[in-house]
Amino acid sequence: MSEEFKIEIINPEKSFLSKEDVNEVVVPAFEGEMGILKDHISIISFLKPGILKLISKSGEEKFYVEDGILEFKDNNLSILTSSISNIKDMEKSNVEQNIKIAENELNKVENSDQKKYLASQKIEVLKSLN
Amino acid sequence: MASLDDLKKRIVSVKSTQKITKAMKMVAAAKLKRAQENAEKGRPYSEKMNNIILNLSNGISDKENAPKLLSGTGEEKVFLCVVLTSDRGLCGGFNTNIIKKAKAYFEKILSEGKVLKIITVGSKGYDQLKRIYEDNIIQKISFKDSKNINYFDAEKVGKLIIDNFEKKEFDVCTIFYNKFKNVITQIPQAQQIIPLKTDKVDENSSDDNYEFEPDEDEILSNLLPKNISTQIFKAMLENSASEQGSRMSAMDNATRNAGEMVEKLTIEYNRSRQAAITKELIEIISGAESL
Repeated sequence: MSEEFKIEIINPEKSFLSKEDVNEVVVPAFEGEMGILKDHISIISFLKPGILKLISKSGEEKFYVEDGILEFKDNNLSILTSSISNIKDMEKSNVEQNIKIAENELNKVENSDQKKYLASQKIEVLKSLN
Repeated sequence: MASLDDLKKRIVSVKSTQKITKAMKMVAAAKLKRAQENAEKGRPYSEKMNNIILNLSNGISDKENAPKLLSGTGEEKVFLCVVLTSDRGLCGGFNTNIIKKAKAYFEKILSEGKVLKIITVGSKGYDQLKRIYEDNIIQKISFKDSKNINYFDAEKVGKLIIDNFEKKEFDVCTIFYNKFKNVITQIPQAQQIIPLKTDKVDENSSDDNYEFEPDEDEILSNLLPKNISTQIFKAMLENSASEQGSRMSAMDNATRNAGEMVEKLTIEYNRSRQAAITKELIEIISGAESL
């Protein structure tokens, strides 16, 4: 029996990625990293800034996400996100710029604690990329 | 009757108009293809989003305390209407159709003695509405500068709506846009986004047991604002495809009309030329006879 399931990552603009042969997906869910294997219980959750790891027969792929929603149902994993990029395609200067934006966000007094938490997460992840 | 020279000038001018409309039609056709593709690509996102929200709202245990964006404020006094139109003209009935639909809705609200607030997106809509509803328009937005429709713009509109909602500026929010059916037909739509209408409850999905992390309420309250931006983005995509489609068929018509007009004018030109020749001949002949 195969241990594979379907994944679809959707952007507002287009379908970002669609695969039918993933074995495991590790997502940065809101309350911590979460690994999803076949026949996982139906779940809806949020993503926080982090690395999305996709493990399939053809190897491992890594993506950087900032936010999103995740739904797993009947061995279909759909991820809706407005900000996702393959780590291979990310440029250093871009990453640094993003860090700066996030740092600004972190230092703003009027932002809520939740926003600050997200910003600090973002910085942490982005720094680990460099 | 106009002189030969005048007729000639008119034929030339109609011909050059025809050239312009023909070129515009070509451009619209090319743009339409892209806009249509974009609209199709954008559909899965909003559909999935809708599905998730439907599943969530079915699973919510405590309907009374559901987020306000879903259940509404409990009142129906102030109506916010977001009218999405294009920034450019010469696209047939595209803008007029949206405005017509919106106006009918406005009249209904006003006749019931309720408060109406309008946000216009796209300058053409503002131009048409400002004459009658100037005082009702609380904001006008135009994305003339952004070349393509992007999610970022939609998010701006979405945020504006949510900010206003949180300030309790309105109770019900409806968006107006054209849904793209095909090149010839675009259907003006009125879609209520706050409170969200969940009338399309899927029977099959109700027995699903989802695990939520964090709990339903928190997910919903995070998801609903996003959904608004998504719906607006969807409306913008549909709108842009409709705009190009509408422009294409309008320009096609214009080109054909110009062709007909050139034909008519040419016949008139030839006839009056013939008449002038005949007249001269008669003059010569009768002159020779009288000698």
